[in-house]
Amino acid sequence: MKFTWFNLMPWPYLPDDFREKNRSVWVDIDQKLFDPAKSHEVYNTYMDLLEYADTLGFDGVGVNEHHQNGYGIMPSPNIIAAGLARRTKDAAIVVLGNSIALYNPPVRVAEEFAMLDCISGGRLVAGFPVGTSMDTNYCYGQIPSLTREKYQEAHDLIVKAWTTREPFAFNGRYNKLRHVNIWPRPIQQPRPPVHIPGGGSVETYDFCIDNTYSYSYLSFSGYLRAQALMNGYWKRVEERGVDKSPYRAGFAQTILVADTDEEAERLYSEHVSYFYNRCLHVYPGFADAPGYRTIKTIQTGALSQYAPPVGGYTQLTWKDLTEGGHVIAGSPETVRQRMEELIKGLNVGNIFCLMHVGNMPADKCMYSTKLFAEKVMPKLRNMFPDWDDDNRFWTTPLDKRVTAGRLPKDAPTGADLAKTYAVEA
Amino acid sequence: MELKTVETPHVAVRYLLGGQGPALVYLHGAGGIAADDPLLAELAKAHTVYAPLIPGYGDSEECPEIRDMLDFTLHTADVVAALGLKDPILVGHSMGGMIAAEMAALAPNDVSRLALIAPAGLWDDEHPIADLFATLPFEMPALLFHDAVAGAAMLTAGRNVTDPNFLQTYLVTNARQLGMAGRILFPIPERGLSQRMYRIKARTVIVWGDSDRLIPPVYAHGFKKGIARAELVSIPEAGHMVTLEKPGLVAEAIARLG
Repeated sequence: MKFTWFNLMPWPYLPDDFREKNRSVWVDIDQKLFDPAKSHEVYNTYMDLLEYADTLGFDGVGVNEHHQNGYGIMPSPNIIAAGLARRTKDAAIVVLGNSIALYNPPVRVAEEFAMLDCISGGRLVAGFPVGTSMDTNYCYGQIPSLTREKYQEAHDLIVKAWTTREPFAFNGRYNKLRHVNIWPRPIQQPRPPVHIPGGGSVETYDFCIDNTYSYSYLSFSGYLRAQALMNGYWKRVEERGVDKSPYRAGFAQTILVADTDEEAERLYSEHVSYFYNRCLHVYPGFADAPGYRTIKTIQTGALSQYAPPVGGYTQLTWKDLTEGGHVIAGSPETVRQRMEELIKGLNVGNIFCLMHVGNMPADKCMYSTKLFAEKVMPKLRNMFPDWDDDNRFWTTPLDKRVTAGRLPKDAPTGADLAKTYAVEA
Repeated sequence: MELKTVETPHVAVRYLLGGQGPALVYLHGAGGIAADDPLLAELAKAHTVYAPLIPGYGDSEECPEIRDMLDFTLHTADVVAALGLKDPILVGHSMGGMIAAEMAALAPNDVSRLALIAPAGLWDDEHPIADLFATLPFEMPALLFHDAVAGAAMLTAGRNVTDPNFLQTYLVTNARQLGMAGRILFPIPERGLSQRMYRIKARTVIVWGDSDRLIPPVYAHGFKKGIARAELVSIPEAGHMVTLEKPGLVAEAIARLG
């Protein structure tokens, strides 16, 4: 099993009446609600928490990309990842990911991911999302019905840039480049492992299978609702005649651990409510630009998870959210049981543990994270013994890696240098 | 009107055909067009009306190769040629007006009579056009019609909104139609027409509903200024869907082209 500690980085100061007074947490969110001075502490606390997860033995630390979004203040995940590459030791740096249709030219992503892989000593997991319609179309202006074509071209260009050892010309529809020759290139060969966040597009299943990429379902509605979608994926895997390694799939789940179930509710319910009732308040007009989803996908009935639920929005309670599986919360034993259900039910080897939720303060987050790492994670390690050796979807770091900040405190003297660089007679 | 098919180099195109008289090609807006469109009925009284559907609209085949403004413009010129027409009266509404204006700018000697009904294609920072692609269905009538209540009735006519398959059909139609329209309208419905408009030689009628809340009437002046032989016809008590609200007056305005 691979457990990645993930933080969406929500803005924790949305007002109580946010939903009543604002039409959307995303795209046209009120500028006045962001306070740059406060964000200084927010960013640094969030990065501290990611670093803390590394010390507890999580397999990865995860970041992602959103724009103009009140629940994700990471328009550039690579900036956060660069900090993590320096300050973490063993965890994979899971960038899930860069919305590659948005970069012009996309070789920028090939380069930045290569830098992250080099700085971290081969610890990068590269994610290539198409990007939500909010981010890609409404914020970044990509034409909805051409987004996938542009994404595909960007993908082909990045992989070619990573794996080709001499300069080449790339005559794409969206990218015309005479001299592609990225410098640096990644440590991991032939390329870093790739995870593709998907939301039920049938085409994405095949894309993952064809390229040996892991399919990640980043849902906020929990594992019970994910069953149908993941069944669809595994059915496709079977149809295509490839192995059913659980590492072909990943799933994001909000997880909150306390000593007892009651304590979990007492400690975390307000933060869960903050996330589900304020942070996910997206104007439905931004949920799904016409043409963004393919006809085939719409016909399978997969709708945007940001589209309003049938019957409209209601205030979701702790009970709704835990019983409905949006959130797995409770004592270590409760969480273990439900995690086992999730892992077996969905057949997923990669878990993106959303262990910070909404406006949760750092102390509670550390408490929950530590309990999970010490009392839950060890018991979930051996869920798929048959696939222990499957490393197609995870990192291959250098054996010998340097420690960041290892320079001596003081600069050497001239005499020191004379000794170090003495020319032998 | 009768629904027919014509082959073009890229794709088979569906078109509505009806009426008698001089040839008139009508290019529909982003919402598409139905066989019982009242403006087509008006125009068919004195013209042979050809109303081709943009690929992906109605039951027509999609055409992934049509991606940008030049593709749309040349494709539509291909349709006119495939229909065997030479210099027909060219009429376009909204997105169709944008395409018609581009055709007239690209090939000024092929288009001598042009009618633009609340065309897209220009952008003025002082008067931003509403974001059609972020507008919810229930908000459409107020945006598109002078009389929102009557407009809502027109938009839902013939649709069974209680049908459980309605939503999926609606989403598929939207993805096909507005997905295609988005290639020239998203996120800003402007693709450089202002720098090409001076090439238009056609005698031009610009028609605008006074209560157009999608593309405000101030845009009419941009077109009038940019096209040498243009006259403006304003229609009171009509919104962006002036074609549905005042089809008779729109047809009268077009009749000025002879």
